[in-house]
Amino acid sequence: MKVLVTVKEVTAVDDEFEIDGLDIDDRYVTADLNEWDEYAVEEAVQLSESLDDVEVVTVTIGPSDSEETIRQALAKGADRAIRVWDDALDDDAMLDPATKARLLAAVAEQEDPDLILTGVQSADDSLGATGVTLADQLGTEWAAVVNALDLDAEAGVAHVHRELEGGVEELTDVELPAVLTIQTGINDPRYASLRGIRQAQSKELAEKTLDDIGLDATALDSPIEQTALYEPESEGDATLYEGTPEETAGELAGLLAERGVGQ
Amino acid sequence: MTVLAVAEHRRGELRAVSHELVTAGRELADATDGDLHVAVVSGSVEEYADRLDREGVDVIHTVAHGEEFNHDVYTQAVTQLADEIDPTVLLMPQSVNGLDYAPAVANRLGLPLITDAVDLAYDDGLTATRELYGSKVETTIDSHADSTAVTVRPAEWPAAEGSGDATVEPFEATIDESAIRSTVTGFQEVGGGDVDISEADVLVSIGRGIEEEENLDLIRDLADTLDATLSASRPIVDNGWLPKNRQVGQSGKVVTPDVYIAIGISGAVQHVAGMKGADTIVAINDDPNAPIFDIADYGIVDDLFDVVPALIEQFE
Repeated sequence: MKVLVTVKEVTAVDDEFEIDGLDIDDRYVTADLNEWDEYAVEEAVQLSESLDDVEVVTVTIGPSDSEETIRQALAKGADRAIRVWDDALDDDAMLDPATKARLLAAVAEQEDPDLILTGVQSADDSLGATGVTLADQLGTEWAAVVNALDLDAEAGVAHVHRELEGGVEELTDVELPAVLTIQTGINDPRYASLRGIRQAQSKELAEKTLDDIGLDATALDSPIEQTALYEPESEGDATLYEGTPEETAGELAGLLAERGVGQ
Repeated sequence: MTVLAVAEHRRGELRAVSHELVTAGRELADATDGDLHVAVVSGSVEEYADRLDREGVDVIHTVAHGEEFNHDVYTQAVTQLADEIDPTVLLMPQSVNGLDYAPAVANRLGLPLITDAVDLAYDDGLTATRELYGSKVETTIDSHADSTAVTVRPAEWPAAEGSGDATVEPFEATIDESAIRSTVTGFQEVGGGDVDISEADVLVSIGRGIEEEENLDLIRDLADTLDATLSASRPIVDNGWLPKNRQVGQSGKVVTPDVYIAIGISGAVQHVAGMKGADTIVAINDDPNAPIFDIADYGIVDDLFDVVPALIEQFE
C-alpha cells in the first residue's frame, strides 16, 4: 500500500514586518513545515508502522530552498520525497487551488497511491481547498477536516471523523482510494530523532519539472490574480495599559476588581 | 447577472451562515441589477425554503434528496443547478461542510475558487478580499473568469432580515447513486466532562504563548486567584495539555462570560468566533499586531511571563 502526503513549506511572519509588493519582505519571515502537514505526515507514518508494506511518499511544490524543510518529513519516517518545480513557476505568483491540484494530480497519477493525505489548509495562504480539488481532479473520493482515522485496508474503507463546528464530529465511511484532509490534533506528531535526521539525508528527494510530470506551462494558467497586499486597519478600540508589568498589572487588577472578579 | 448562494443546514437546523450568504449575494446582485437565487439541498427543503425567503431573494431552488449533508449529493446537485442557471458568482459557506463540497463543484464547473472571502465587490469583474498569515495581512484577488465560485467567511456579513416573495422552484437533480462513495454513519458530541466553560462568568484563557506544558501552572494559579475557570485556544488542546472541553472557538465551545482574559492568544478567526460575545475582553500578548487586540476592550502588550505573576501578586 502506498500513502502520498502533500507537504508545503510555509512562512510565518514576525510581529513587526514590512510588505514588499505582493509579498512580505523576506527579512521578516521564517520558513517551516506547514503545521497541518506535520499531522498528515505523522498519520501516514503511523499507518506504515501498524500495517505491513506501507510506503510513505511526500510531494511538495516548491523551489530548491524548501528542501531542508521537506527533509523534516523524511526525518520523521517518510520513505521518499518528490519536489515539483519548474522555471515557469519561478516567481512569487500565487497558485490557486486548481493549479496546485493539477500539479499534484499529475504526480499522483504517476505514483498511483491508495491513500492521499493533505493538511486541511496551509498556515500562510489558508486556502483550504487544494485537497478536495485534488480528489475531484483524480476522480477519487475524499473527506475534508478529518480528526480521526481508522483504516480498513482490506475492505478498502477509511472510517473517519470529520470535525464539524461546535464540538460535533461527523462519523463517515469513505471508500478508497481517497484524499483525506487532516486536521491538527488528530495525533501527536513526533520529533525527529538524530538517527532519523541522519537517515533523511540519504533518502530519495526527486525533483520533477512540469515536463517530467507530463504538463507544460499552460497548466499554470489561472483566471484569478492577486492585486494587492496590505495591513488591515486595526478595527480595535482597546484601552491599552502601558508601563512596567507591575504598573499594567495594577491597572488591570483595578479593572477586574471593578467587575467583581477575584473579590 | 445572477448570483447563486447555497444554504447550509445541519441536523434539522438552518445554519446562521445561510442568511449571511443572502446578504452577501444581494449586495453583489445589486451591483449589477441582477437576481439572487438561493439553493437548499437535502433535508426538509420546503421548510428551509420558507425560512430562507428573506428580503432580496428572487428564487429559491429546492433539491429534495436525503436528509443530512453528503458531499457527493451536494456536489452533483449544485453542479447541475449552476449549469442550468449559469450564475456569475456562486457563493458557498466557508464552513467545514462548505470546504467538503465547494472545491469539487468549482472543479466540475471549471470555475476558479476563492475561499474564505471577508469582503466582495463587483465592478466589471469580481474582486474578493481575504486574509493571509493568520489575519496579519489582507489581499485582494481579482477574477478574470466569466463566472467565479467563492466561499464566504461566517459572521462577516449581517444576516438578511425581512420577508421576501421569492419563487420556490423544486429542482430535479439527477443524483448518480453509484457516485456516492462516502456514507455518514452518525454524529458524536465531543468535549463533555467535568466542567462546562460556556457556563462560566469569568474565563482565564490560555494560548500558544504559554510555550511549554509546565508553564500552565502559572495560568492555573491566576485562575485560582481570580476564582475563574480555565479555558484555552486550539493549540493547547491539540497538544493534549488540556482536554477538549476547555477549548474555546469554532470547533470547541462558544462562550459568553462577563469577563474573558485571553493570555498568549493571537486571536485567529476560529478562536474569536467562540468568544467575541463576552461582555469584557482583556488581552495580554507581546505581539502588538495580534488580531486579538482588534476585539479586546482592554489590553497589555507585554510578556505574559512578566505580567501574569505581577497580576497574581496584586490579588494576594
